Amino acid sequence: MSATAVHSLWTTATTAADPIAKIDAPKIEYGQLSPVLIVIGAAIIGILVEAFVPRRSRYHAQMFVSAVALVAAFAAVVALAARGYGTTKAGITAMGAVAVDGPALFLQGTILLTSLVGLFTFAERRLDPEAHGNRVDSFAAQAAAVPGSESEQKAVKAGFTTTEVFPLLLFAVVGMLVFPAANDLLTLFVALEVFSLPLYLLCALARRKRLMSQEAAVKYFLLGAFASAFTLFGIALLYGYAGSMSYGTIAQVVDGTVQNVTPALADTMGNDALLLVGSALIVMGLLFKVGAVPFHMWTPDVYQGAPTPVTGFMAAATKVAAFGALLRILYVVLPGLRWDWRPVMWGVAIVTMLAGAIVAITQTDIKRLLAYSSIAHAGFILAGVIATTPEGISSVLFYLAAYSFVTIGAFAVVTLVRDAGGEATHLSKWAGLGRRSPLVAAVFAVFLLAFAGIPLTSGFSGKFAVFKAAAEGGAAPLVVVGVISSAIAAFFYIRVIVLMFFSEPRPEGPTVAVPSPLTMTAIGVGVAVTVVLGVAPQYFLDLAGQAGVFVR
Amino acid sequence: MSFPLLTVTAALPAVGAIATAAVPAARRTAAKWLALLVSLATLALAITVLIRFDPDGDRYQLTESHSWIADFGVRYELGVDGIAVALIALTALLIPFIILAGWHDADPLETGSSRWRPTQGFFALILAVEAMVIISFEATDVFLFYIFFEAMLIPLYFLIGGFGDRAHEHGEKTAATQRSYAAVKFLLYNLAGGLIMLAAVIGLYVVAGNFSLTEIAEARANGSLDMATDTERWLFLGFFFAFAVKAPLFPLHTWLPNAMGESTAPVAVLITAVVDKVGTFAMLRFCLQLFPEASKWATPVILVLAVISIIYGALLAVGQRDIKRLIAYASISHFGFIIMGIFAMTSQGQSGATLYMVNHGISTAVLMLIAGFLISRRGSRLIADFGGVQKVAPILAGTFLIGGLATLSLPGLAPFVSEFLVLVGTFTRYPVIGIIATLGIVLAALYTLVLYQRTMTGPVKAEVNGMPDLRVRELVVVAPLVALLIFLGVFPKPVTDIVNPAVEQTLSDVHQTDPQPEVEAAK
Repeated sequence: MSATAVHSLWTTATTAADPIAKIDAPKIEYGQLSPVLIVIGAAIIGILVEAFVPRRSRYHAQMFVSAVALVAAFAAVVALAARGYGTTKAGITAMGAVAVDGPALFLQGTILLTSLVGLFTFAERRLDPEAHGNRVDSFAAQAAAVPGSESEQKAVKAGFTTTEVFPLLLFAVVGMLVFPAANDLLTLFVALEVFSLPLYLLCALARRKRLMSQEAAVKYFLLGAFASAFTLFGIALLYGYAGSMSYGTIAQVVDGTVQNVTPALADTMGNDALLLVGSALIVMGLLFKVGAVPFHMWTPDVYQGAPTPVTGFMAAATKVAAFGALLRILYVVLPGLRWDWRPVMWGVAIVTMLAGAIVAITQTDIKRLLAYSSIAHAGFILAGVIATTPEGISSVLFYLAAYSFVTIGAFAVVTLVRDAGGEATHLSKWAGLGRRSPLVAAVFAVFLLAFAGIPLTSGFSGKFAVFKAAAEGGAAPLVVVGVISSAIAAFFYIRVIVLMFFSEPRPEGPTVAVPSPLTMTAIGVGVAVTVVLGVAPQYFLDLAGQAGVFVR
Repeated sequence: MSFPLLTVTAALPAVGAIATAAVPAARRTAAKWLALLVSLATLALAITVLIRFDPDGDRYQLTESHSWIADFGVRYELGVDGIAVALIALTALLIPFIILAGWHDADPLETGSSRWRPTQGFFALILAVEAMVIISFEATDVFLFYIFFEAMLIPLYFLIGGFGDRAHEHGEKTAATQRSYAAVKFLLYNLAGGLIMLAAVIGLYVVAGNFSLTEIAEARANGSLDMATDTERWLFLGFFFAFAVKAPLFPLHTWLPNAMGESTAPVAVLITAVVDKVGTFAMLRFCLQLFPEASKWATPVILVLAVISIIYGALLAVGQRDIKRLIAYASISHFGFIIMGIFAMTSQGQSGATLYMVNHGISTAVLMLIAGFLISRRGSRLIADFGGVQKVAPILAGTFLIGGLATLSLPGLAPFVSEFLVLVGTFTRYPVIGIIATLGIVLAALYTLVLYQRTMTGPVKAEVNGMPDLRVRELVVVAPLVALLIFLGVFPKPVTDIVNPAVEQTLSDVHQTDPQPEVEAAK
């Protein structure tokens, strides 16, 4: 029974004599949904592990389950893409709820790989000094223990670790996988909540600076809940307008190409207020997740307060998922409305690029700085979104892939620079890092140069792709603003490099912890992707180019 | 497929840079020798390019073309014309001298100092810059050029910010601050220029659909690619802005005195004699070829800015107290001449400008490197701290004088020929501009001779007494360059022969011919 039929249930009398006979058995294409199903399964196994496996072996069990699941899901994505589900066989599955097409598979692949790298940083246990003979990770010993209380000390002493972070990570990944692939508004909303809730929790779990971490989580949760409510309201309005949750049907109604116009539909589809307000609210919710101005307020606080591995994961993967969903909404559902949303998005992109770059200049904390930099980057990506051409889609896909690895690598480096109070995120403490640990500073410099978009790094290829698409799509002024804000942004990236290489180290400055192979892999992957996408991006551009068509 | 000579010429220093950086920390001397050998081998390759290049042959020779990033319409396309060949030869020639002159510049200071000077890094960065400069001269794909034009900033930034003079009149702490200020200023100016160029590069792609210089120039010439006047002008401005920052042209020049003042003398030579030439070269190769009409449109303003550069640079040079900053302002004045020659749009002007690029490279190298030797001996950069050096170190003073005389374009030394050509070329079309620019020569005499007089003549100052004359290593650096200055001053034909055909072609791109001299008809 289609959603349109449901819509008509309460407006016109049903003609069917036997309602039971009208209910079809749902037809689910398990194969095409396998990436999501694998991760969901692993997340549930993770919960069981948490319940039944002895505390001692939980960490390794969880690591194993999560890594295997992410790798297997990625393999499933690759297999689907290889069989042509990204191009020729692209279609809509799960009763119209989920689209399996090029952008969906590309983004799912990106999310899975970044999550895998993110998982490595989650599992790092060599950075903090051992507490009472137990290796500890970045997460609180016992989240429920009040910070500074006796029970917290007991938990630390007992060597508790919050291994729940692994299933939480997997649940978040599930939501992110579905989010850009969602093909009806309810699926979109469910996916949004599925990945948001674990992230709110994860933000609160820092081992050090726990109050700050909890504050970040509360802020994120409150603002996120607001954004979700807006989205939900928008969904309701849009449903009221089009009489359907399905992207395709709504698009037809928006275009005016809908075939059978029921009286109820005829009544509502003339109501532009429903359409405009509804779409604006949904887009607002997505822009919140993306971190675009003016919905960016949460970003610096949350990025700063959350445990750094979570920040890295969130900054990379959430952005990928949210931009995927935004693209699909704008390109599949609302193309008929583009003369209305393009000017608004122009404004949002310009303000986002400029505000991100300008405010970042005054930051004194490396995590806040990266947060504002991520806002500026959201603006650059929006420039590609506005192109409304297939090149626009593929350039955004490419940018997201390039950006997410740089981000996760950069935050992984942040976890290494530590002093007695944990991570030393204040910029003044990074002075002279290049002399103490040339390699770490050089790696971080590579990431910063990529953020700044210096040629021969992935940042440049991505920026070029996006700006090119924008210019071809007739948004030349956006390109100029983008270039100007890149120049502004370059200033603060360079400032960090100056600080690391040309400033005198402080006598009581931080030390660089020697990480386990896990974090090294994460950073190594980041550097490798940065350089490869900078020097020889053709293969990946092709991939993104082939993936640049949405199924409808 | 023929041997990819151009690629190898550019790749060798790049590989050399990686190899040099990989030499273990303790084997400092080995790294220096490795860098020197690599730079000499590159010189040999550059000479091969020079020999294999046929001035009367095709416009672009030794071409290579491979697909690179098809999605962006970017190809790996290399090719050299006479101008590029001359500048590649200049680059490859100067780098060994720069390395040799900076032999001890990156040695670690006495133990206990917090200064951090990785020798390997210094030489690796110099080679990296060489590689990027050479490939910028070779690239005939706008995107390829852009990438290296921008990427070059990073090693230079570290060279300026990471390695300064040992001697600094305000102590180490101020020196470090000023150095990092200079490095950041350098980077921000050039990055801003480069990013504006990026917008223009993207715009060019949207208009033309590819990045190939030869294809676009041909399409422009035969009219199959039509640009709206406004579009062409905006794109021209985007490109020109970046090149004018690099060159540097008034009022975008202010980063140069800082950068040259705070870096060591060899790095200062690298910046002004080698890297800045990419800016003027790119004006000739990209601005004029891609946007001929806009170039003509902008000519009056650019000429005025160039003349301001000439006079203003020279005036500021006269007022400097710091030897290196003086040379920096003198260079700004000379870049004014080069840009004036390019945009005079006459064959003399442009061959003069190209020749000027080569000669300015050599003469500045002589002057700056000797100044560097002088400064490291005395431990100060201030002119007032010197006096009577010629009595103590006659060879040093003598060669410094030759470098200075070259800078003021004394006839018989190389820069004279080029400056004369530029002025004649400008005068035939823009007499007023030509006349004003001549003032620059007078001022050049003033700042050079006063510099010489104050530092080298007069009573020997106490701190200067006992100053050693040029050492063997320093002589090896200076002597060949001085010889070259004299040789090219007397016999510039080898360079002009290579350069002239390319200049003629560039002029024909802009649809310009030399103004005919107005002679009363005799018959």
